[in-house]
This record gives sequence, C-alpha cells and structure tokens, in this order.
Amino acid sequence: MAPILEVHELGKTFGSITAARDITVAVPAGQTLGIIGANGAGKTTFVNLITGYLKPSTGRILFERRDITDLSPREITRLGVCRSFQVPQVFPTISVLDNMAIALGIARRGAGALWRPLRSRRLVEDAGAILERYRIADYRDALASTLPQGVRKLLDIAMAVAAEPRIVLLDEPTSGISVEEKYEIMEVVVGALRASGLTILFVEHDMEIVERYADRVLAFYDGTVIADGPPDEVLHDEKVKQFVVGETLHRTARQGAAAAHA
Amino acid sequence: MPDRTLLLLCAIFAAAVAVSFVMPSWAVFLTTIAVAKALVVLGLMILWRTGLVSFGQALYFGAGGYAAGLAGRWLGLTDAIALCLLGAIAAALIAWVVGLLLARYREIFFAMLSLAFSMILYGVLVKSEALGSTDGINIASATFLGYAPSGPAQVVSVYLLTVLAGLIAASVVHVFLQSTIGQLTAPIRDNEIRVEYLGVSARAVVHLEVVIAGALAGAGGVLTALAVGHIDPEMAYWTTSGGFVFVTILAGTGSVIAPFLGSLLFEMVRSFAMAYAPETWQLMLGAALLVTILFFPGGLWSLFERRRARA
Repeated sequence: MAPILEVHELGKTFGSITAARDITVAVPAGQTLGIIGANGAGKTTFVNLITGYLKPSTGRILFERRDITDLSPREITRLGVCRSFQVPQVFPTISVLDNMAIALGIARRGAGALWRPLRSRRLVEDAGAILERYRIADYRDALASTLPQGVRKLLDIAMAVAAEPRIVLLDEPTSGISVEEKYEIMEVVVGALRASGLTILFVEHDMEIVERYADRVLAFYDGTVIADGPPDEVLHDEKVKQFVVGETLHRTARQGAAAAHA
Repeated sequence: MPDRTLLLLCAIFAAAVAVSFVMPSWAVFLTTIAVAKALVVLGLMILWRTGLVSFGQALYFGAGGYAAGLAGRWLGLTDAIALCLLGAIAAALIAWVVGLLLARYREIFFAMLSLAFSMILYGVLVKSEALGSTDGINIASATFLGYAPSGPAQVVSVYLLTVLAGLIAASVVHVFLQSTIGQLTAPIRDNEIRVEYLGVSARAVVHLEVVIAGALAGAGGVLTALAVGHIDPEMAYWTTSGGFVFVTILAGTGSVIAPFLGSLLFEMVRSFAMAYAPETWQLMLGAALLVTILFFPGGLWSLFERRRARA
C-alpha cells in the first residue's frame, strides 16, 4: 500500500540539544502505528514536527506525496492531518456540545462556510451524533472545564477528527487516566477512527495497550527510532527491552509504589 | 422560528422612532449621543468576548468624525448617509492597517498598542492647522437624501438616522456573532492552539474583529459629529477610549442590546451628574462603575440573564 505519510531524515535541535535525529519512516494508509519510548525519547517532538507545531532543523515530511515540512499547523490540518494533545486542548468556558459544534462548523466545506449560522439544527444533530459515538453525550451541556480527564481526552480527539482527516496523531490518549478507563477509551477511540478508515499514529506508554491496538510499533530512544516493526517483534527486541520497556516498567513500578504510599 | 433578539431590536427601534415625536429636544440629543457611542461599544463588545480590551477605539471614532468633517469642508459633502458610510469605511481602512500589527498581540500588549495608535492620531490632529488643531472643525448641517431640515427637525433627523444605524449595526453584529466565525470569540480567548489545529487562523479572525469594531466606531464618530455639529481632537484622546471601555464594563457583553442600554445609562448619569454636581461628576461615575463591578461583574445585562436563568 502507498505510504500516506513519509518522513525523511528528520532532525530537530534546540541549541546544543538534539531532540530528534535521522528519523526516516513511511506509514501506509490505514495503518495503526504505536509510538513508544521513555520520557524525553522524542515521541512528542516527532508528533509536533509532523503537525507543524515545531519546524524541523533537517529532513522532509511528505503527506500524500506533498511536502508539508514548512507548512503551518493550520495548513497541515486543512490538508487532512489532525492531532490530539497530551494535555487535552478544548475550549473550557463553553459547553461540550458547543465545543463539538465549533469543530464541525469550521470543518464545513464550501464558500462562506464560516459565515453560516453555527447553531443550525443539522449541525447540532451532527455534533450530538459524534458525542454519542465517543460516548460523551451525557456531558453535552456541561462546561468543558468541569469534565473528568477521560471525557476531556475523548472530546479533544472527537474535535480533532471533526474535519474528517485522513491521518490522526494522538499524543498519549490515555495519560492521566485510570487503568480501567484506559481500555474503555482506547476501544471507543480506535473503534471510531478505524471505522472511518483513518490512519492512526498514537504515542503510548502502556505496552499492553500498544500490543493490543497497534499494527506496527516505532520505538524511540534518544531522539531516533531504534526499532520498527510488528508489536510482538518490537516489544521483544533487546534494545527496546533495555531502553524503552525496562524504563516503562520502572516507571510503572514507581507510580504503583507512589499510589500505594498515598 | 424568528430570532428573538432581532425582534426585540425591531421593537426597540419602533419605540425609539415613536417617542421621538414627544421627547424634549435635550432627551433627543442625549439619546442620539448615547446610541452613536453605543456603536463604538458594540465593536468593543466583540473584542471583549475574544478576551481583548482596546484602549484605542477613539482612534476610529475620531477618524470617522474627521472624515465627515473634512468631506464636508473639502468636498462639500453634506448627505448624512454618505458621510456615515464614508466615516465607517475610512475608519475600517485605518483599522485594517493597524490591525495587521494589533492582531499579533494579546492581553495588555493589545490594549497598550491600541492606545498608542490612538494617541498618534490625537497628536497629528492637535498639531495640524489644516485639521483645525485644538479648536477642531465645525460640521455643516447635514442633509438626508436631498432633504435639508433645520432647527429641531435637524436634531430629530440626526436622531432617526442614528437609531436606524443602531438597529442595522446591532442586527449585523448579532448575525455575525451567531455565525461560525463569530462564535470563535470564546474559543480564541480560551485556546488559540486548538483553534489553529481546527484549521482557522486566530490572527485573521482577530484582524477581522478589529476592522469590524473600527468601522462601527467610525460610524459612531460621524453620527456624534453630526449631532454635536463640531469635531475636535478630544474625540481621539485616550480618555474618550476609556469612556467606551467604561460603558462596556457597565453594560456587559451578553447581548448586542447591552451596549445601547449601558451607553444610555452612562450618558444619563453623566449629564445629570454634570448638571447637579459639576465639581464631582467624575466621582459619581466612578462610584457607579464600582457598584457595577462589585454587584454585577457581568455588567447590567447579567441582570436579564439571571432573570432568564431563574425563569
């Protein structure tokens, strides 16, 4: 299958610090790609580079064979590359339904689309249907600032994909969420996104989640990719065990101990 | 289902026209000034909802007034409707140029930069003999599509044009605020990153809002100039901008009707305070603002919102 996203020798430096180096990856359309790595390994930098939040120091990024390296986040979004954030980016002072309606209103195509009334019956119904799909319809009238973290994450993702992109990048969709909720959220999100035929890249620390939902895994260490392949292969790779999984296990153990202590 | 706000605006307009035949001339004049200045506050309301406070709306207010004054003096143009359009367009053009820079800034930087631009115009007006310097310029009596009223009929004609302009401006702003781009005010205030990642330029939206607010202030400046019959650099002074911010806080930003309510109250309090306590009228205005902030932090309009919420 032809790659929807190609990254060639991507690098990013901040002064003397190298955040990303020599990253070359091709992602076929429809694939679900898990991105793993210890803290500071370059996962979020990779997502930020693809979505235009950061500009690369070296290398090129192609989306559907078009060079998007120097485009702004807005232009990249309009082309069909959307993202969610580790810290959910929603509009806290308006309701969940209004958050969703605004995302949908902006996504409408055609001349003068932004000038049409936002609260048309059709758009409100569509927004409500998306909230149902992401199982957050019960919160539709709540202010986004009052939402539990898991619901806020789902709203962030639902808003990101309102424009019907072709690829979506999820930055730690389950961070800050209880273990029980993690699987529930991933089931909802991956189910909805796969049903739409989207290519998915998701950053994740939980290896069980990566193993369950990813078709392919990229393991990052020290700003570059140290392993790339099917989950069972990558997660059993010696380097990955040493630099990524081991680190994650230590982190999980530390969190568990801290929780028990608390 | 018809829009309730638009219906209410039409009802207020009809009432304003009806009472013009029985109101004393001082009340007609006061209401004209209040509605003309409410146009400026209407623009400030849009910016306020976006989290932006402009301390420089007097720039566009003054530009509108001077555009009308100079068009009358240099071109012999006296038609009030043409002057209104000219003033609004002139102010919108200035706002577009200034907005290229303003739209890059937020919070206190936006406020101070807008203030700085208005003070540049004030400085130019004060120093230019051709523009009347500190004395300003007298405005010739306006005509209305060929009709040339005089005396009390002139005052009422300007009043009727002003309330018509108020109806049109408030309706247009209301429709704008209901549109997708108009509904982006709170999102831009809350989270520009998400706005950008939904595919919209927050800067472009803010730029558009600056232009709309500028055009409204320009029209307000023309109508004020026509009512007063005189323009001077005070129109572009920072205290004039401060007055508009004062009314925005007093009125609240919950509805396009609020600026008219707030402006009318402000002009009444100011007029009566100046008449009955000429030495302490600023003190009384300050006290009124203090009471508003303490008891109605959402402005006077929040009273109606609370009542609706209880109902």
